Formats: sequence, structure tokens, C-alpha cells
Amino acid sequence: MSFGGVPDTGGRITAALERVEHEWFVPRDTMPELRIEPRNLHAALAALRDEAQFETVTFITCIDHHPEEPRYEVIWQLNSVTHADRVRITARVSSENASVPTCIDLWPGAAFSERECYDMFGVRFDGHEGLKRLLMPDGYGHHPLRKDFPHQGIQPDRLYREWDRERRREWETEEAR
Amino acid sequence: MGSLVPADVAAESGFFATRTEALINWGRKNSLWPMPLGLSCCGIELMAMIGPKFDISRFGAEAARFSPRQCDLLIVAGTLTWKMAQACRTIYDQMPDPKWVIAMGVCSSTGGMYDSYAVVQGVDSILPVDVYVPGCPPRPDAVIDAMLKLQKRIEREHPLRRITRGPQAHAQETGSGRLDHQPNAGHELTHLDRHPHDPQHMREEAGVR
Ligand code: SF4
Repeated sequence: MSFGGVPDTGGRITAALERVEHEWFVPRDTMPELRIEPRNLHAALAALRDEAQFETVTFITCIDHHPEEPRYEVIWQLNSVTHADRVRITARVSSENASVPTCIDLWPGAAFSERECYDMFGVRFDGHEGLKRLLMPDGYGHHPLRKDFPHQGIQPDRLYREWDRERRREWETEEAR
Repeated sequence: MGSLVPADVAAESGFFATRTEALINWGRKNSLWPMPLGLSCCGIELMAMIGPKFDISRFGAEAARFSPRQCDLLIVAGTLTWKMAQACRTIYDQMPDPKWVIAMGVCSSTGGMYDSYAVVQGVDSILPVDVYVPGCPPRPDAVIDAMLKLQKRIEREHPLRRITRGPQAHAQETGSGRLDHQPNAGHELTHLDRHPHDPQHMREEAGVR
């Protein structure tokens, strides 16, 4: 326990990630930040949860570095209740294969964050069974927080019209029956 | 009540004669059953309107039901997102005829300040609206005013023509598209349906493949 003292976050994380390839990243603020390859991500997150006591994931989000490649930077921010500190994990993925492993087996509550991230950026979370859109209607073919999404947006009215027409067709066949 | 009850006749004889339509309209307009669809901040003003301070029961509309099947007045109070649009249209379709719609607040009237990909730019693009209430949010008295306007409108309706001449004729005569309102029926998609900032659209406009 390190309440009252300066938490040795770095040492704890280094000890937990002994067997996982990782890279300390120049932090943007005072929070320790790690860059991890997507293939090592799941092992790293599991080690951080079990060995370094990061029991909760505060949020999962993404940054679009368009037109740079690899384009997306997925970010997990973990919080330790025991040690009262945080760590930020980032992973860069390219636009051709924008996918990272899911962590809902570690933190079931991450499911909504992953769905939102998928909805807004189109980054897939492999192993997430119910990975569908959260805020936009199903079938909306765009990802609104991507940098190449038009500033004024694209209205999903065509989608609504299709739904409406489909529904009317169902009624008509019902009436004909 | 206007011409409905000639008071002196009724008082003397104990009965009165009137037009059936006037009687039906009188009944309908004074017992609207609102379906409160509170989607965001406007919903709070809607609650205030139903509550004792503003009290829409003075106008016979206090029986707010949360089942569309028991309502005839849909009050869309708040920002309608496209994700919610399908649910909103389903609620409208589940309400039994005759039914009326009030778009409460600028959000549901025009999309308001949310000129956004996620927000329906006015519920009239998916529903026929009878009365629009401006304001962000409108005060409860403004919505009560809208309800009184709606009552005036109901007074002028011809409920029996629906039966005797068919819904199409009724819709034409009253200028209301309510009965067979199909906002997008037979509407094929053209390039105008595309948002002007759709990248595909911009490429085509510029002649770039
Ligand atoms: S009109 Fe204003 S108060 Fe009403 S839902 Fe929209 S933003 Fe909220």
C-alpha cells in the first residue's frame, strides 16, 4: 500500500511486465505511459491487472493520426484502487488491419467502451462477440470521429428511409395475406 | 363551446340538437391523451407542464400514458437522434387514429443547434407534425398554447368524412396528410439526397473518379 507516500508505479509495472515486450513512452503529462505492440496487448493487460493491481479500466479510446501510418492509436487508461495510481497503455494500429484484442474477459465493463470505440473509429476488437454500433444506427457506413469524416457530417436518413420502406413492404404483405 | 350547446335551449328543454361532427370534435379536443416522449432537456419542461403548477388537466389533457396504444397526442420533447428515430416512428404508428403530434422545442422542430450527423433535422422528416413550438426549451405555457391551437384545429376537422368518403379524400380536403402520410413513399434516391459534404458526392461534383 502506498497511500501517503509516492507510489512506485514504474517499478511495479516493470515487475509485472517482466515477460512482456513493452516500451516506456515519453509521457504527455505526469501519467506513466507504455507503448505495446498489438500482439502483446492481451498478455500485458492481464499482467497489469493481476500482478500490478490495476483493477479497473477507466476508459478505452482512440486517436486518429490521419494521414500518418500506422493511423490509429488505441488507448487504455487503467486505474489501481489499491495503490491509487494510473497508467496509460497505447497501441498503434494501421488502417489496413485496424484491430486489437478485446479485454472484456479481464474487465467485463470494458464492453461499452470497446463498442463506442468501434462505432466512432472503426477499430475492431478481436474476440468481442457483440461488437456492434453503440451510438449510431446499425448499418451506418461511416465512423464519425475519423479525421476524414466530413466536418458537417453525413446524415443517416437514407438508412432510415430503407428501414421505413422495408417496414411498409412487410405491412403490405401482411395485409395481402 | 361555440355553437355546440345553445345554452338557453338546453336549459329549457333538457336536450339539444347539434351536428355529430361537432360533438365528436368537442369530445376529442377536450380529452387529449398525451404520449410524452421526453428525449432530453425539453422533457423537464414537459413534466412541469403536466404537474400542478401549470396543470394541463385544466384543458382535459392530464392523462399522460406511457403506452402509445392509449394515447392520441404525441409530444416529441427533445433532441431526436437517428438511432431513436426508428423507435419514435414505431411509437407514432402504434398510436390509434385519430392522432396528433406536437413538436416541442427547436430540436424537434428543426434540429435546433444540433446540426449534426447524429440528429434528425426536424421530426417532420419522419412524422407529420401539427403544431411546432419554438423555444429552447419552450416554457410550459408555450406548450399549453400549442395545445389550445391544436384544439382549435381539431374543432375544424371532419371526422365523419373519413368514413363516408375514405381517408384519401379526407386528407385532401382537410389538407392533412396525417392518415396516409408516407414521407418517403415512392421516393427514389437522387444525388440531392446526399449530404453536400459527403466525400463521394464531392468527388463526383468535381469530376474526380
Ligand atoms: S430545444 Fe433546447 S431545451 Fe429542448 S431539447 Fe433541444 S436543446 Fe434541449
